[in-house]
Amino acid sequence: MTALQIIFLITAGVILASAVMVVTTRNMIHAALWLIVTLFGAAVLFALLDAGFIAVVQVVVYIGAIAILFIFAVMLTRREMRDRGAQLNSEWWLSAVVAALTFGGLFFLLSGWSGFSAHAPGLSSGTDTVQLLGAALVSPDAYVLPFEVASVLLLAALVGAVYVAFQKKGEE
Amino acid sequence: MIPLSWYLVLSAALFSVGLFGVLARRNAVAILLGIELMLNSVNINLVAFWRYLDPTRIDGQVFAIIVFAVAAAEVAVGLALVISVYRRRNTVVAEEIDMLKW
Repeated sequence: MTALQIIFLITAGVILASAVMVVTTRNMIHAALWLIVTLFGAAVLFALLDAGFIAVVQVVVYIGAIAILFIFAVMLTRREMRDRGAQLNSEWWLSAVVAALTFGGLFFLLSGWSGFSAHAPGLSSGTDTVQLLGAALVSPDAYVLPFEVASVLLLAALVGAVYVAFQKKGEE
Repeated sequence: MIPLSWYLVLSAALFSVGLFGVLARRNAVAILLGIELMLNSVNINLVAFWRYLDPTRIDGQVFAIIVFAVAAAEVAVGLALVISVYRRRNTVVAEEIDMLKW
């Protein structure tokens, strides 16, 4: 067992344990903080996969923006159901069965696939994946259109979010 | 070296945990947290396939970037809706938000 494998196993354990805490813990602030642990674990995995840029974006965008947004939303909607009431609905066992079946089905399908236990091809020393990624995002032959559409989507979503959450005058 | 199967099994497990969260939690913010877990497992899968199939083709990372953008948009709109509903109905429990239910 190599050092990389040990790092992977520790990270995977942390990710799964904190993900279970996210979906089961009672206090929503704690759930949001456990989500941050999960996201950090995913960033470590991206670094293990030689995707350094994705790892940085994971920390900056997911932890820096999305997780903070969750914490703000929890603080704005607090009081409700903090100490009283069930956190899971009455059909939670059915949800657990569906989730277990999903995992079983995915595992069964993947284990029948020939590339399941593939090993990573070596990166040739000259390739700079960040440069490749940057070129692909602005190249007309590659992904410039989806990239621009994604930015318009983000702008539209943010304008919509401000409109929806805005308190109009006259409303209590 | 780490075989591809480890990443795939991990992301399948993470996806299932997120799915359980989406289906079982009553708090609307917790449902969005479950969706974030599912999106993250998809990203791990995309980057793992990029690395293990053909690292000279960058498509997997581009898809992951676009998933980031869509996740940010989704969570902004979702949380705005939750806050708006909370302001009007004073609840964040998904099953009590039934204005469209006849």
